Amino acid sequence: MMHLNRRHMLAGFAGGLAIPGLTLAAPATERRLVFIMLRGAMDGIATIMPLGDPAYAPLRANFGPPPAAGAPLRLDSMWSLHPALAEIGSLHARGEAAFVHAIASPYRERSHFEAQNVLETGGTTAYARGDGWLNRLLPMLPKAEPAVALTATMPMVLRGPAAATSFAPSQIPDADAALLARVEALYQGDPQLHALWGQAIDARTAAGQDGKSGGGGRANPAALGRLAATFLAKPQGARVAMLEIGGWDTHANQPGRLTAQLRQLDGTIAALRSGLGPAWSQTLVIAATEFGRTAAPNGTGGTDHGTGGAAILAGGTLTRAQVLADWPGLAPTPLFAGRDLRPTLDLRALLAGAAAGQFGLDPAEVAVRVFGERGLKPVTGLIRD
Amino acid sequence: MVTLSALAPAIALNRFGLGARPDEPLPARPQAWLLGQLDKFTPRTPAIAATPDSAEAAARFRQYLAQRKPGQNAATAPAADPQANIRQQLRRMYRESYGQHVRARVQEALITPAPFPERLVHFWANHFAVSADKLATIGLAGTLEFEAIRPHILGRFEDMLLAVARHPAMMLYLDQAQSIGPGSRLAQAAARRQRRRQPPRLQPPRRQPPRQLGLNENLAREILELHTLGAGSGYGQADVLALARGLTGWSVGGFVRRPIGIEAPDGAFVFQPNWHEPGTQTLLANSYSQDGEAQGRAMLLSLARDPRTARHLCTKLARHFVADVPPPALVAKLEARWLTSGGDLAAVTQALVEAPEAWAPATKFKTPWEWLISALRGTGQRQVPDLRYAPALNALGQPAWRPGSPAGWDDIAASWAAPDALMRRVETGGRMAAAFGDRIDARTLAPKLLPGVLTAATAQAIARAESPAQAMALLLVSPEFLRRE
Repeated sequence: MMHLNRRHMLAGFAGGLAIPGLTLAAPATERRLVFIMLRGAMDGIATIMPLGDPAYAPLRANFGPPPAAGAPLRLDSMWSLHPALAEIGSLHARGEAAFVHAIASPYRERSHFEAQNVLETGGTTAYARGDGWLNRLLPMLPKAEPAVALTATMPMVLRGPAAATSFAPSQIPDADAALLARVEALYQGDPQLHALWGQAIDARTAAGQDGKSGGGGRANPAALGRLAATFLAKPQGARVAMLEIGGWDTHANQPGRLTAQLRQLDGTIAALRSGLGPAWSQTLVIAATEFGRTAAPNGTGGTDHGTGGAAILAGGTLTRAQVLADWPGLAPTPLFAGRDLRPTLDLRALLAGAAAGQFGLDPAEVAVRVFGERGLKPVTGLIRD
Repeated sequence: MVTLSALAPAIALNRFGLGARPDEPLPARPQAWLLGQLDKFTPRTPAIAATPDSAEAAARFRQYLAQRKPGQNAATAPAADPQANIRQQLRRMYRESYGQHVRARVQEALITPAPFPERLVHFWANHFAVSADKLATIGLAGTLEFEAIRPHILGRFEDMLLAVARHPAMMLYLDQAQSIGPGSRLAQAAARRQRRRQPPRLQPPRRQPPRQLGLNENLAREILELHTLGAGSGYGQADVLALARGLTGWSVGGFVRRPIGIEAPDGAFVFQPNWHEPGTQTLLANSYSQDGEAQGRAMLLSLARDPRTARHLCTKLARHFVADVPPPALVAKLEARWLTSGGDLAAVTQALVEAPEAWAPATKFKTPWEWLISALRGTGQRQVPDLRYAPALNALGQPAWRPGSPAGWDDIAASWAAPDALMRRVETGGRMAAAFGDRIDARTLAPKLLPGVLTAATAQAIARAESPAQAMALLLVSPEFLRRE
């Protein structure tokens, strides 16, 4: 007979596990968790802008949001929000959005693949685990409809033994703008393909399919958010959803591209909120990315792969609006490897603390069972009871 | 055997094969690998055997026609008509067989142990193209490849030519099934009765004599122009007519009753002696005095053995496999082997593999079919994925067995390298990568699929992609993967 200590018992209760001779039906929960994976590495410094850091202006002169996007939304003397995040800004004003800065997973190299794998598996090294942290969270939650990923295939973060499903939005972009830009670069050195590609893009622009939804351009963020909301809003529906937005790898022409990216994210969250209706008050959205970008712009009007980044929280269960950061500063000395924002918080500590708070779980329990890390110190106090 | 370059594995996989699979080793001895496949080829595979054959497809087509009232088609039939429902079902059933055939073809291309012979199948089926855009050919086009091409790709060309000309798909596509000699017994009897002439159009079995009994020269013309001698090789209209008259009476079972013609099983070859034009025919200055079915057969055998046919087809083979402008020395070698072997396609195929010119550096832009199949194989698919492959081929510009003309699909880059076609490939590549690209590491896959061919620029673009799926999409649409060596 297996010895059950208190932690096992708690886990059994929380997960609604059947212990022989004793069926424990966990009560359903009204709480909802949405994880948004920002693939490509969002520039946290340009998103939640540390305008109060004296090192910011000299580092990023003339590299802010394009004037047409409007003025940054001032949060306090230190922080301003990129103007494309209008909805998130108004949520912040109502105490329903918070930002976490100078944060990173344990990964310290610069490969998107490996970094995304580390973030999604919730481990410390790439390809060390075959299941995702969000999947490992599921057995700790009250019984509900399977978690849903709004993607064509099951993303790593939700893979694992717990029930999860994926549902492809009907308007998956045929070829998203990010891929088209990469293809353009790929054909630079091939005279035949370069010429053909130029004509193809011209024809596409003439047909009004550039960057618009429906014609093979970007994903329609509103549709993605609404779709996720339909799964979550149902009284007996799913309680965990995952969606992803790609295109954040802004090595060139960042100001314009990032504005469009952030509008997508902002629109997705706006659609989630309106689609969820009253259930928004029970919802937490976490948007995270695999790593940050270099503190200084590069020579092509963009930024390169960095380390410390930012995460965005939104929803009706936040205790308050805040920018949570043990800010290391952008001056040359504190920079990581002389070029990146130095991470001062483990992304897993945020994920563990936020998930535990959202579902009333023991944060230390989540740290161990989901992230396999006894030493992890989950961030608490983010979520109201 | 010739000394091969470092590119030889890539050439074997892509120029002669269907593209690399990540779960199969690189061919260590490329020529032996290709020649060894000639013994591994199965003409009738389980996937193919599970699809409707020509007899079944022809029966479905006949049943559909029998339900259709003259002058009315299923689309415009009044909904209240109880027969309309049956017609619709029959029509759907018939059209579905096309999808089943495409699926079987893709399936075979994904898992075959003999990709090189499969490529030969695709080549010869395109050479003897039947376009599935006529109602009569939609359900039958695939069966021509399965029944008349596959058994003969390593046999004699003359046997393939005869099998194709006698196949219901070809006879219905090029109107041979209703070609009646003006001097035939049926035409004479009709004239004697001084009835209004009616053709045995493809109608349900009927007892009335067909309207407008007459010669149809469509098949004869295409045999001379496309299938054997080739355009501009020195034949004339008199030769077309002679061959057409020689072929009169070659028809398809299931569509006529006595006394118009002999009844035969659906889709089966049937010779209608009463439709055959009597008398000696002169084709390319040779006389053919045979009686009945034997006359057309003798004509086809002569055409198959004509040196102009060897020149025409060896040029086409070399163009298909090696380069848009094929090396003359290679064509000459193939031609010599063709003539000494009497059109033995296994011997010609072996000559192709053994010729040093066939291993010389050269590039071709993949056709949409080649690209899609190589992409599915390259991403490790073993089952036909639910990608709506037939519409995908449509969007890419090359729906299976539907080239729109008996000339088949073009085999040069200029036909396929076009702006919109390129955009369709990028879209399809993105879709495929989204569907199954995130489980494969494109960085390690790229050098396996493109051994010795992958450029540093492409490898870098793949390594720097922002997600595994995007990396896979970039690999599939890279210049190296859009082309083959």
